[in-house]
Amino acid sequence: MRALVLRDLRLALRAGGGFGLGLAFLLIIVTLVPFGIGPDRALLGAVAPGILWVGALLAVLLSLDRIFALDHEDGSLPLLVTSPLPGEGIALAKAAAHWLTTGLPITLAAPVLGLLLDLAAPARLWLLLALALGTPALSMIGTFGAAVTLGVRRGGLLLSLLVLPLYMPVLIYGAELARRGAAGEAVTTPLLMLAGITLATLALLPFATALVLRVNLR
Amino acid sequence: MSIWEYANPKKFITTFGPWVMPLMVVAGVLLVVGLGWGFFLTPEAQNFGSTVKIIYIHVPSAFVAINAWIMMLVTSLVWLIRRHHVSALAARAAAPVGLVMTVIALVTGAIWGQPMWGTWWAWEPRLTSFLILFLFYLGYIALWSAVPEPETAADLTSAVCIVGSVFAVLSRYAVLFWAQGLHQGASLSVDRAEHVADVYWLPLMVSMAGFVALFVALVLMRTITEIRARRITALMARAERAEAVA
Amino acid sequence: MSFFWTRGAASRWPSCRFDPVAAVVVRDLSVARGGVVLLHGLAFTVEPGAALVLRGPNGIGKTSLLRTLAGLQPPVAGRVTGAGEDAAYAGHADGVKAQLTVAENLAFWAGVHGRALDDAVFRRFDLAALRERLAGTLSAGQRRRLGLARLAVTGRPVLLLDEPTVSLDAASVAGFARWLQDAHLAQGGSAVIATHIDLGLHAPVLDLAPFRAPADAPGSAHEAFL
Repeated sequence: MRALVLRDLRLALRAGGGFGLGLAFLLIIVTLVPFGIGPDRALLGAVAPGILWVGALLAVLLSLDRIFALDHEDGSLPLLVTSPLPGEGIALAKAAAHWLTTGLPITLAAPVLGLLLDLAAPARLWLLLALALGTPALSMIGTFGAAVTLGVRRGGLLLSLLVLPLYMPVLIYGAELARRGAAGEAVTTPLLMLAGITLATLALLPFATALVLRVNLR
Repeated sequence: MSIWEYANPKKFITTFGPWVMPLMVVAGVLLVVGLGWGFFLTPEAQNFGSTVKIIYIHVPSAFVAINAWIMMLVTSLVWLIRRHHVSALAARAAAPVGLVMTVIALVTGAIWGQPMWGTWWAWEPRLTSFLILFLFYLGYIALWSAVPEPETAADLTSAVCIVGSVFAVLSRYAVLFWAQGLHQGASLSVDRAEHVADVYWLPLMVSMAGFVALFVALVLMRTITEIRARRITALMARAERAEAVA
Repeated sequence: MSFFWTRGAASRWPSCRFDPVAAVVVRDLSVARGGVVLLHGLAFTVEPGAALVLRGPNGIGKTSLLRTLAGLQPPVAGRVTGAGEDAAYAGHADGVKAQLTVAENLAFWAGVHGRALDDAVFRRFDLAALRERLAGTLSAGQRRRLGLARLAVTGRPVLLLDEPTVSLDAASVAGFARWLQDAHLAQGGSAVIATHIDLGLHAPVLDLAPFRAPADAPGSAHEAFL
């Protein structure tokens, strides 16, 4: 599994690997939002956690079809599935590599980009925590979606459509955690729910992903 | 004698094919009686006016929309566990019906909400849940039509249906928590049947039964159509194969 | 997670490349593609140290048979033993990453199979001069050699080869056949090869034409609807 994660990281960092894609997308959103809703600092600060969460989610969504599509095109996928790696391990490794190249940079960059949206210091920390807890679930759910749409030609739109409703609970609890933390309200429920969803996703979805991969390679 | 005998496509068609028309008639009668009774023979509610009468469409369609998904979940599980083709095709057949019911529930809700709440749409738990359900239906149907190989499509949509169901329940609680966080009052959920007085309740039950009968009839009809479409594919595949072998 | 890696063929026997492995035994096998049964009643045995060459016209089901042996698709009927986790499959696509160097590509597959990368592989497959080249800059034949070198790297005793010599020149074909004979089969490995050219192996040929399934062969995904 480590070999697979390392290879995917290396591929992402090489030319055409699409490493900075999610980050650039998030930067674009953060740049555009003040033009869209006006430069009022209080307003921007209030919507900043939500904007950054939606931006992070869209940036992740944008990068999902790369998870399996390239391995499918060059024929690596059947070779991986017949290797000693279990299908669940492949799913986890793929999700981990996707998170390291997309979720982690976004998590680290979001608080900094929050400066542009006038996000207060404690709010930035809560946002960092919420994204750190939530983005692994986004990667894992996205890996499942990417496995489902593996055989579909130009399945990008279908992938987004399938994954979007699955992202809803993560977005709700994640954004709520960031918002409540910033506002100094009670955070126990969203914190525990977000962590719970992420852990349950990481524990269960690899099995569904492995099943779907096998079906698609049949 | 086992229930699984009806999983044979031919047996399914010969058994349930004759039910479709009678069920349609039953549904039509129930809907005419229920809706006619509800629309014209019940008093107008004091604080709602005549707008309350949309309840006879709104509540049954919402009920069917949710239960259609539950039926799809059960048939998907049956397909994955027992590999009965009819089960997968029934799930496929139910999805567009469920989608239309979801749309009806959303649209009638908006039409009802406008005079009542002064807005077409509110980010209220029930409405939001239905919007998410709508997205689930769209994705499910799109996946069925995007995958050409029927067994692969059945496997993939079943997996999506099962995973989606878990997330739908999660979304439901998340949305309840979230809207409560935005301090929206529970007063908006007037559409609960328990809150309705008896004069409204009886016709509501009749139109509810009408919607359910309509759903069953439509799903049977569409399942039979799907079976026949699969049969055409099968015959063509065999003919093509016979040509290739010869 | 290293326990994932030790499954399959480990090299615990320094004198011989492979553990004593069972023969590949195929009994009464039916194979399908897209729900249509292509081959039926297949039965053969490939002993360790032996190879089997599959012959048959295009579309008869050679690829589907090899994929079934590899465990990528379930058999419609019948049984396969001795392949699966002991088998390395090489299909039409090489599974080569264009953005990685030749050495990185092979090191990756070695890592996935929990093995160290042996330098002899580069010599064997005439890749020594290309080690640090990005695989995307290789010619079709060089890329194919890289794809075949992966088979040696996996250390698996049973090779399932689907037209392995496509886009190889005569010298490379001879080199590959030599590796197969001397380094693989001679050390207890075995191979099932679908190919149209003579590799010069001392291997029996299985003509698949007699096993071609008729249109109404049982097991089709469509049969419930007919």
